Amino acid sequence: MNSREQDDQRKGALKQQLVNTLDYEQLMNCMRCGFCQPACPTFHQTGLEAASPRGRIALMKAVADGLMEPDEAFKQQMDLCLGCRACEPVCPSDVKYGQLLEQTKDALFEHAEPAGAIPLRGLHKFAKPIFKRHRRLRLMSTILHAYQRSGLQRLANKGNLLRWLPAHMQTMERIMPHADSRGVVKRVGGHRFEAKGERIGTVGLFRGCIMDVLFTETNVNTVRLLTESGYDVVIPKEQSCCGALFSHSGDRDTAREFAKQNVKVFGDAKVDYIASNAGGCGAMLVEYDHLLADEAEWVGPAREFAVQVKDISELLLRSQRWNQLPEAAVQSKTAAQPETTRDDTVTVTYQDSCHLRNVMRAGEGPRQLLRLIPDTNFVELEGGEVCCGSAGIYNLVQPQMANDIVDSRMEAVRDTKASIILTSNPGCLLQMKVGVEREKANDRIQVMHVVDYFAEKILK
Amino acid sequence: MIVNEVRQDLLQLLGPERYRDDKEALVTHSYDATPMLQSLPDAVVYPDSTSEVQHILRLANKHRIPIVPRGAASNLCGGTVPVSGGIVVAMTRMNKLLELDTDNLTATVQPGLNTKQFHREVEKRGLFYPPDPSSMVISTLGGNIMEGAGGLRGLKYGTTKDYVIGLEAVLPSGEVITTGGKLYKDVAGYDLTKLLVGSEGTLAIITEATVKLIPAPRVRQTMLVAFQDIYAAARSVSRIVGAGIIPATLEFMDQPTIRVVEEYNHIGLPIDMQAVLLIEQDGQESASVQKDMDAIVSICGEEGAARIETARDEREAEQLMKARRSALSTLARIRPTTILEDATVPRSRIADMVLAINRIAAQYELNICTFGHAGDGNLHPTCTTDARNTEEIHRVEQAFADIFEEAIRLGGTITGEHGVGTVKAPYLEWKVGEAGIALMKGIKQAFDPNGIMNPGKIFAKSARKRLVITR
Repeated sequence: MNSREQDDQRKGALKQQLVNTLDYEQLMNCMRCGFCQPACPTFHQTGLEAASPRGRIALMKAVADGLMEPDEAFKQQMDLCLGCRACEPVCPSDVKYGQLLEQTKDALFEHAEPAGAIPLRGLHKFAKPIFKRHRRLRLMSTILHAYQRSGLQRLANKGNLLRWLPAHMQTMERIMPHADSRGVVKRVGGHRFEAKGERIGTVGLFRGCIMDVLFTETNVNTVRLLTESGYDVVIPKEQSCCGALFSHSGDRDTAREFAKQNVKVFGDAKVDYIASNAGGCGAMLVEYDHLLADEAEWVGPAREFAVQVKDISELLLRSQRWNQLPEAAVQSKTAAQPETTRDDTVTVTYQDSCHLRNVMRAGEGPRQLLRLIPDTNFVELEGGEVCCGSAGIYNLVQPQMANDIVDSRMEAVRDTKASIILTSNPGCLLQMKVGVEREKANDRIQVMHVVDYFAEKILK
Repeated sequence: MIVNEVRQDLLQLLGPERYRDDKEALVTHSYDATPMLQSLPDAVVYPDSTSEVQHILRLANKHRIPIVPRGAASNLCGGTVPVSGGIVVAMTRMNKLLELDTDNLTATVQPGLNTKQFHREVEKRGLFYPPDPSSMVISTLGGNIMEGAGGLRGLKYGTTKDYVIGLEAVLPSGEVITTGGKLYKDVAGYDLTKLLVGSEGTLAIITEATVKLIPAPRVRQTMLVAFQDIYAAARSVSRIVGAGIIPATLEFMDQPTIRVVEEYNHIGLPIDMQAVLLIEQDGQESASVQKDMDAIVSICGEEGAARIETARDEREAEQLMKARRSALSTLARIRPTTILEDATVPRSRIADMVLAINRIAAQYELNICTFGHAGDGNLHPTCTTDARNTEEIHRVEQAFADIFEEAIRLGGTITGEHGVGTVKAPYLEWKVGEAGIALMKGIKQAFDPNGIMNPGKIFAKSARKRLVITR
C-alpha cells in the first residue's frame, strides 16, 4: 500500500470512528440558540461562528451527517477549543459539550496523521509511566530542581541559551515555581493525620502530580487546613495521576487505567470525602463514573468515588471552625465600585478555574472562603468566569490564543486594583503568572492559590 | 459555486481572512436557531465598512448572486439560512457603538453590535433602550432591526420598530440611502425607515442605525402570580390591561413550561400550577408603581389566583425574569426538536387563543407548551417533538396551520415578532391577502429588481390552501 492509500485509509477510519462514536442525541439536542456564545473565550477572541460551541457542534454534526470530511481545518478548530466547558452551565438544553469534544478528540488522537502522531503519541508513551508512578514524577522534579538550583538555570539565562526556545516557552521557564522533589508526604512526614477539635469525617487527599512537585506547599497547607477544620486526613500512597492531561488530548485508555487505580486505592482507604485542591483534577475525578460507564464492574465504585470528590473550599466551609472568624473587613465589591480600603487590608481578586466552576460546579466555594478572611478586600474580576487560557497544556500548544486570552484577563485585573490574584488550580495559577509577567507587573501583583492565601492569613 | 472572477475580486477586496469559501465557514453559516433547516452558502464575507458592503452588493447584483445578510443568526424563522446558496454577509465585525447623544437622546450604532452589550452601555448613562428579545445575549441590533424583534417589554414600551428613527442602508445596486435621522418628527415622503425595519434582509443591508432612547425608569417591581385554572390566568391578563394598567411586562407560562423552567433554573416556581403570570411594573415614582401593583394583586385575587409572590430584591426579580427568558431553550430538554411559533391576537382574545391551542394540541396528539408575552397578545405555542419522526412532524405542521388559522380568525396574525422568513411564507397570504402580497412584491421589485436579496424569504413559491372552517 502506498502512502497515499494509507492516508486515505486513515482518513476513512477517522471519519468512521466519528460517525460511530459521536453521540447523535446530543448533537440533535443542540437547538442552535447560540446562548453558549457569550461564554466562549475563543468566540470572544475571534468572533467566528466556527470557533464557538454552537459552531463546533455544527461541524461535528456535519461530519456525522456526511456533509463534510474531518479535515485538517476540522482538527484545528477542535484543538483551538480550550475545553473550559463554560458553555455547559449556560446551555439551556443541557447539551453535554464536554462529552462530544472528548469523543471527537478521542477519534482524532486514534487516527492522527503519522507526522503529527509521532510527537503526540511519543509524548504520551514517555509521559504515561511517569504520571502513573508518583515516585518517577518526583525523580523528574529532582532533575528540574537540580536545574533550577545548581546554577544551570542562571547559566542558561546568562548565556542566552534560552533564546532558542519559542517566546512562550521562555516565559514559562521564567515563571515556573521551584520544584520540590520531596512531595507532600515527605514534607508533612506521614500518610495519616488526626483531626483537631470536633471531628467531621475522614478525607483522602488527592495530591495530584503537578500540584505535588511544583506546589508542594499548597498540598502541605491543604493538609493543615483540613486537620484544623476537623477532618482526619489520609494520603493514600498508591494513588496515581487523575488522567486529565491524557483524557483531554484524546488518550482515554490511559485515563481509564489511572481512574481504576484511584477508585481502588481511595475505596480501600475507606474515606468519607476525597479532597481536591486543583479544579482541573477535581473535574476529572467527579466524572470517573462517566469515564468508566462502559465497564460494568467499575461503574458502581466509580460513582461512589465521584460523589465523594469535593473541592477543598467546600470542605473547609463545612467546618464550624471558620464561622467564628472576625467578619471580613470589607465585603465583596464589584470592580466598578471599589471602595477605599483601610491601610492594612489587601485587595485580592479571583480568577475562576473553569473546571471547578463548570464541571464540579463549585465556583462559589472559593469566593465564600475569601469573604471570610479578615483584612481582605475581595473584588470580583470582571469576566472572572472566563477561561484564562491555561486549559491543561493549551497554553503550550496554542500559545497565540492563550496569550491573547490572558492579556484580556489582565486588563480586567487592572480594573480591580488587586495586588494578589487568587486561583484554585495550578494551571490557572501558572497562566496568570504568565499574564503578570507579560504585563511586567511582577513587582506589583502576586499570584497565589486560595488555599495558600487562606493558610497565610488564618494559620500564621 | 462562486465564479472565479467574483471570487478573485472579493479576495482582493477582503483578503483570505474575510472572504471564506472553505467547508468550515460554509457549514457554520448554514443554519440559524430555526429547527430542521440547513442549507450551505457558497461563500461567507465579513465586511468592515459601508463601502465594502457597497462593493459586495454591486458585484453580487451584476452576477445575480443571492445575498444573505447575517447578524448572530439567532432568529426563529429561517431568516438567515441561505436556502438558495449565495453569499452570506456576516455583519459581526461592524459592531461599534458610534455615538451616544445625550442631548437628543439617541444612539447611533453599527449593525453588528450585540444587543445586550448595547443595553449595558446605554444603562451606564441612566438611559434605556427597551427592546429586549429573549436572544439579546447573542443577538445583534442589525438582526433585531431586520426581523423587527420584540421582547418582554413590548406591551408598555413597544418593539424595535418604535425605536429606530434613522438608517443608513446599501441597496442591491450599491447605492447608499439614509433615512430619517435624529428626528422625532419627519414626514418627508414615504417612511422608508419603518419599511426597512422588519424587511428581513430582502430589500437592503443596513450599515448604520440611529435609535431613540428614553430615561431609565427608576423603580421596578416584579411579581409572580400562580393560577390553578389556566382560563383564570388568561382572563386576568385581559382584565389588568382593561383596567387601564399597562405593566412593563406581563408574561404567561403554562404548566408544562413551568415544569421544565423550574427543573433548569431552580428558582422555586410552583410546578403544580396550571399557569403563572410574571408581571413587572416600572416607573419614575415608587408610589405609582405600588398603586399599579396593588390593583393587579386585587384583580388576580378576584380571579382566584392561588399564589401571589413579590420579588423582594433585584436579584430575585432578575431570577424570575430569567426563568421566562430561557423558557424556549429550556423546553428543548424535553425532546430533541423544539418548534416555536408566535401567533398573536388582540389582547382581549388571549383566553380564547390559549384554549384553542390546547384543543388543537389534543386533537393532533401533540405536546404543545405555551408561554409568551401575554400582555400584548403575543403567545409562543411551542411543540416539543423529534425531527426524525416524519409522521409526527406532519401532525405538527397541521396543528400549526390550524393555530395560525385560529389566530387570524380572532383578529390576530401569523407572526408577532419572529418574522416570516421561510417558515411562515406559505401562510403570509392568509394574513395580508392576495392584493397585499402583490403590493409587497411590487415594493421588493423596486428595491431589488434582480431578486438577489435573501431570496426565498417572506414570499413563498406557492401559498398554502386555506381551509374554510365553518363553525
